[in-house]
Amino acid sequence: MLNSDMAKSKSSNRKFSFKRLMRTSPFWSLIFWAGIWEFIGQMGWMTLLPPLSGIWFAFAELLEQSAFWDAFAMTARTFGIGLGLSILVGIPVGVLMGISTRTDKILSIWVNLFLSAPITAVIPALMPIFGIADATVIATVILFSIWVVIIDTQAGITHVKDSLVEMGRNFGCSRWKIIIWIIIPAAMPEIITGVRLSVVRAVKGVIVGQIVIALIGFGGLFNTYLSYFLMERFWALIIVVFVMSFTIIGLVELLERRIAFYARAR
Amino acid sequence: MHDIILKTEDVGVIYDGSIVALENVSLNVPTGRLTAILGPSGCGKTTLLKVIAGLIEPSTGTVKIRDKETIGPGPDRALVFQDFALLPWATVLQNVAFGLRAQGVSKREREKTSLHYIKEVGLSGFEDKYPHQLSGGMRQRTGLARALTVNSEILLMDEPFSAVDEQMRRKLQEDLLKLLKIENKTVIFVTHSIEEAVYLADQVVILSGRPGSISEIVYPEINRLGEIDLIRRQPRYIELVDEIWSSLKSYVE
Repeated sequence: MLNSDMAKSKSSNRKFSFKRLMRTSPFWSLIFWAGIWEFIGQMGWMTLLPPLSGIWFAFAELLEQSAFWDAFAMTARTFGIGLGLSILVGIPVGVLMGISTRTDKILSIWVNLFLSAPITAVIPALMPIFGIADATVIATVILFSIWVVIIDTQAGITHVKDSLVEMGRNFGCSRWKIIIWIIIPAAMPEIITGVRLSVVRAVKGVIVGQIVIALIGFGGLFNTYLSYFLMERFWALIIVVFVMSFTIIGLVELLERRIAFYARAR
Repeated sequence: MHDIILKTEDVGVIYDGSIVALENVSLNVPTGRLTAILGPSGCGKTTLLKVIAGLIEPSTGTVKIRDKETIGPGPDRALVFQDFALLPWATVLQNVAFGLRAQGVSKREREKTSLHYIKEVGLSGFEDKYPHQLSGGMRQRTGLARALTVNSEILLMDEPFSAVDEQMRRKLQEDLLKLLKIENKTVIFVTHSIEEAVYLADQVVILSGRPGSISEIVYPEINRLGEIDLIRRQPRYIELVDEIWSSLKSYVE
């Protein structure tokens, strides 16, 4: 009885199950949807959706274009500078808000307001201030990414156990040493989470910024390809942007996991 | 009689302008002895210890060490915390060396001193472990070693064994007594356990609740020269535990 049951379950294991395949490997899921895309594209039902294989060739063309590499360089530059400034300014501001109730009272309403505000709406207002150039995109990246660094850092600092601070005072640490040796390391898990979330937001910011301006970087390219109906290139560029964001976010998550022992240790 | 190393004179603490946590606490702490501060929870015993440690400024009264008024924490008093207060990202060695690091002692020297005390509290072999890899008892041994490295005369302990299980608590209490035979320290020990106070202390200060003030001081005068295991069987020990319980009962209800 038992044997026959086992034999049955074995045979059912061997049987092909579409559902299980989808569950077990995201790769197969990708292949499946790529196939559907190719099919719809080949049928020529929608001019806006060329077959995937055509996009593959457009992708190769794209990589040969200097306009693409200029846009890529600009994106990398504005993303790097914007995110860097967000982290460099956001962490100290968060620390300050965490240790000083007065600073917290002054800033917290603004930080919370901007955290949930639709920043995209502000970009057109940034253009006359910063010009149609890097500066506007950098400002967008900062507006997208800085608030979450501040909020998470502040939350981390306020949740540091009182006894750790008392311990520092007991052993004669100055206020500075308490902040640098105890408070900031103790808040590190929250700070790292804030940084990770800000990377995600900065990726959105750098793309949204360029698209709203629509004249520079990837935004300019998108605009050109759409207006000339170069749909293969348009989709190739979208895939490039998606893969880029996915890679960056994946890398940050990998990095966060390496520092995760902090969180476990508490 | 022993010299008085530390004194509180009329210490009172008022929180938020109206909540009286402590009132008129005048206390003499003899040198080289163990003083226990005992009382029901919320009676202000931890507040009193933090006033003595210099972490809380008293609203009235003063704390004097060798007849000199002290304000704020100082190297003459080292604190052992109820929740251990260990840095989770630092190893046992780094945690134990923290006090010396704060004092600016060179790395080599502070590690040498720390290793000595790590051995003394029985943590040899665990120098490179992180706090989350240790049991509660071992964490508190780390906290104790950290307090010992700075070589202050007065050791302040805030319910140090309340976060560990009963067996471990007994072991730690025994080890503390053994350690104090080697290290000549004055200890002020906060506890809510009558047994612990009578077992360890030369002087038991009983606080009454809300606002906390001294209701009685008991001198156990228990013979601790012989076997440590036998202390709990002495008639004097059993008698005192009963006596203190009957005087504390009224505050609990």
